[in-house]
Amino acid sequence: MYRIGRNGGVVTRHIISIGDFDRRQIDRLLDNAKRIDAQKYDRDALSGKILATLFFEPSTRTRMSFEAAIARLGGTSISVGSVEACSMAKGETLADTIRVVSGYADAIVIRHPKEGAARLAAQFAGVPVINAGDGAGQHPSQTLLDLYTIRQSMKLDDIHIALVGDLRYGRTAHSLASALSLYDARLHTISPKGLELPGSLQAELTEKGIQITEHDSLQEVIPEVDVIYVTRIQRERFPDSASYFNVASSYRITPELLSPAKKHAIVLHPLPRVDEIDPRVDALPHAKYFEQSRNGVPVRMAMLLQVMQ
Amino acid sequence: MKRTGNAEDPENEGLLVRRIQNGTVIDHIAAGEALNVVKILGITGTTVEALSIATNVPSGQMGKKDIVKLNNRELSKEEVDRIALISPKATINIIRNYKVCEKKGVEIPDLIEGLVRCPNPGCISNTSEPIKSRFLVTEKGLRCTYCDWIIGRDITSHII
Repeated sequence: MYRIGRNGGVVTRHIISIGDFDRRQIDRLLDNAKRIDAQKYDRDALSGKILATLFFEPSTRTRMSFEAAIARLGGTSISVGSVEACSMAKGETLADTIRVVSGYADAIVIRHPKEGAARLAAQFAGVPVINAGDGAGQHPSQTLLDLYTIRQSMKLDDIHIALVGDLRYGRTAHSLASALSLYDARLHTISPKGLELPGSLQAELTEKGIQITEHDSLQEVIPEVDVIYVTRIQRERFPDSASYFNVASSYRITPELLSPAKKHAIVLHPLPRVDEIDPRVDALPHAKYFEQSRNGVPVRMAMLLQVMQ
Repeated sequence: MKRTGNAEDPENEGLLVRRIQNGTVIDHIAAGEALNVVKILGITGTTVEALSIATNVPSGQMGKKDIVKLNNRELSKEEVDRIALISPKATINIIRNYKVCEKKGVEIPDLIEGLVRCPNPGCISNTSEPIKSRFLVTEKGLRCTYCDWIIGRDITSHII
């Protein structure tokens, strides 16, 4: 589950990638999150502990939910106001920043534009590091809360899940697909041309025994699946606004589109959404994306307890 | 100068280049890879070593092979094993007083540090951080331990 670092003989636990977890470890963490969700937890479990949130990229949900998570466990958080205000803007290396912040806090949550930044941080930190997204790389807390949200509605085993949208650059979809390979899920992918699941990831998933079916249209896949996982298609991937709107509209989730969906099927989205989901879907029982966002707190509380206790 | 045989084998003194008194002979290098082997050994630019390179010489086993001879330098295991990345059949002969004292193959190491640059421009190892690049050697190729990028082929073009 963790990358184990040894600093002065003390074992430090980090959460860097969902790939570091096995199924048993994921299940245990989700069980802990469920207990926390049911208010069965010690509100002073992390009393006196300090969490440093180092976000070198914008974040709303991830940062706030980590701050809420440490507060609910009796601890406090510290952070730099903005990247411009921090010493890295003066040319300090991330390694030095991490070593310095390790002296101020009991754990570090980091988001950074460079892939592998969290692994580097774990190398230099004397305290646990949690990866909150490193460029196009990993974002394990998002994957864990995605799994947790699915598990609230159904067992994780053998589900059919549709991954919709930008599957080339969408790190949340990649990590979720990898994690679901531990549960024998069936993947259905629907994405615009050029934004398909990377071939290397497809090969890796197939090797793990996961079945992947590519679809041309959302209509054909909706009646088949248990989970519809929607990701944002970014405008900057297209040469002009017209071609973006043209493509984006054909991947939009609407109540009409969902009418043949299974009764228990759920719609997830890591948020923020732009045009991918019609606001009228919000009122349907299928819509679980705000619940998914809320689940960030108990799941991140479970993660903090795992590394800080 | 005599024609080729098993390089530095006292039983077969057919040589393309002069025998060395002390040092290392890297034999059975995949044909055409000798210059990359030299690069892997860190011998670039101005050098002090007496170095002989033979490329594309006939070989009974391999058809063609390359040979590198280094005077007065015995390679460490770590240096030797790096060669395995591009030439897994290479053999290393340690020469002392014109005799082969030690002969060994190369083993592909589990971890490569500071030798190969990660091709992913977004990888933290391609910044000014105080770290060396690190790759795990896997069945699929070299996997960057920072960003998980895999170099599946043409490893030599990524050597730093």
